Amino acid sequence: MTDAVPTSAIPRVPGVETLAPEGERTRPSADASLVFDNVSKRFPDGTVALTNVSFDVRPGEFVTVVGPSGCGKSTLLRIASGLTGASTGSVKVNHDSLGYVFQDPTLLQWRTVRRNVELLAELHGISKVERRKLAQDAIDLVGLTGFEDKYPKQLSGGMRMRASLARSLTLNPNVFLFDEPFGALDEITRERLNDELLALFQSAGFASLFITHSIYEAVFLSTRVIVMSGRPGRIVGDFQVPFGYPRSPDLRFEASFSELTGQVSHALRGAHS
Amino acid sequence: MTDIDERVAVGGSVGEEELEHALLQPPPRRSVWKSFLVEVIGPFIVFWLVIGVWYFISYRLLKPHRRFLMPPPHRVISVAFFDDRNRTELLHGLWNSTKVAMVGLAIAIVLGMAFAILMSQAKWIERALFPYAVVLQTIPILALVPLIGFWFDFNFRSRVIVCVLIAIFPIINNTLFGLLSADQGQHDLFTLHDASRSTRLWRLQLPAGMPAIFAGFRISAGLSVIGAIVGDFFFRQGEPGIGKLIDNYRSRLESEKLFGAIILSSLLGLVVFWVFGFIGNRVVGSWHESARKQS
Repeated sequence: MTDAVPTSAIPRVPGVETLAPEGERTRPSADASLVFDNVSKRFPDGTVALTNVSFDVRPGEFVTVVGPSGCGKSTLLRIASGLTGASTGSVKVNHDSLGYVFQDPTLLQWRTVRRNVELLAELHGISKVERRKLAQDAIDLVGLTGFEDKYPKQLSGGMRMRASLARSLTLNPNVFLFDEPFGALDEITRERLNDELLALFQSAGFASLFITHSIYEAVFLSTRVIVMSGRPGRIVGDFQVPFGYPRSPDLRFEASFSELTGQVSHALRGAHS
Repeated sequence: MTDIDERVAVGGSVGEEELEHALLQPPPRRSVWKSFLVEVIGPFIVFWLVIGVWYFISYRLLKPHRRFLMPPPHRVISVAFFDDRNRTELLHGLWNSTKVAMVGLAIAIVLGMAFAILMSQAKWIERALFPYAVVLQTIPILALVPLIGFWFDFNFRSRVIVCVLIAIFPIINNTLFGLLSADQGQHDLFTLHDASRSTRLWRLQLPAGMPAIFAGFRISAGLSVIGAIVGDFFFRQGEPGIGKLIDNYRSRLESEKLFGAIILSSLLGLVVFWVFGFIGNRVVGSWHESARKQS
């Protein structure tokens, strides 16, 4: 998927070619936690990753972006977090209150679970006593109690991801960015972690922007599912998920759930062809 | 919240307690017999084979008048190590060479790491400096020896300089490789939290590089001993090291003592190699995959 799109494909003036996919809320809310305003991204090699992406994530919302691999979903998060800049358009978010869970656990191999979870507090100059407490609370919250002194290589993939999640939780962010965090895990572990993530989402009350290529995961977790097309990525579908929280693991087997995943899948296939 | 996912993932038949137990315990040790075989029997057999071949050469292949080319092991031991005067002379030389090697290695570590850390900070610095590091490695040190003597005299100082020149490249190379080995994801994490250059260096790059850095120390430790002995051949002022003794014994055909000197200098090389391996294992053994398997 390296087909370079000519420069002219990206409108130079923001807002000229705004797509209006079904159900998109065109006006961003004033109190939104995260706003993408007409974001496009073109890499130096000419590859266009995103074109005219606009949406917002409000407090208490769990927004998931699904799309084929290579559609620029991860780029969306890198732009949101400031790791890379947008070519056109803008992003509004409070960087001091941003949690980022990467695709890989990115744990430091030479640190124990406890010291890994303490890392962010350490980088922000929080005192040793306080960060130890923050870390312990986060470790308890993700269910890693008893594994504090283990090194990453001694843990299973699911447990590493929990440690990574705990690390982001220590700073108690208002907005969480998840970059396919469970993509490398087996189905059963993934579903279990989905359930636990929802429990965290409900109790901690952060806004989430979650990236995945699993439609089931997207519908199960979210209040809203956004479908992106293949490269260059643009929004081709936008679904409100009507299910309330807490969500039972059995929701996955209900007819209304299947119907919605069917619709999302259809939108995704439409975008792909 | 429990860890059922991991258990289920491993297989339905595994009991919860059992798996938790397994995860919290250290990995099972190799069987005693197998580790005895690996650690003791193999090296033991090879050692006696070597001694056997040595005797065979001394007594079967060499005529008595040519036996000085390879004196039998017991002669080497009795002449070089059980004769008080010879032993004192050898140990004294060994100690002087050890000093040269250790001072040289210490300087090589400090300079080499500083050089590598500097290069790790920006691509352009790396581009500008690395060619010189390679030149250090590729010029034949022997070609520089007269110049070093010319500039720094033919004493301890020059011996140390040769030692540094020989030992520094693996440290530069491995430290640089190590510092650049941290994952992009880990770097992103530090970037997201506005880590300063020094924070990144101390908390991410140096610890991530430790396995490679210690591998470099081990190689350089061995090279520093070679450097000290080579230096002795050329810079003969001051207290003689074991390299000078080797040269003297050669010219006087004192082959028992020559063999004794070779054995001692090999032992010195082995000991420093082993010491750095041990320190490296202590530092990174608990978390790094490969560390435990080496030495």
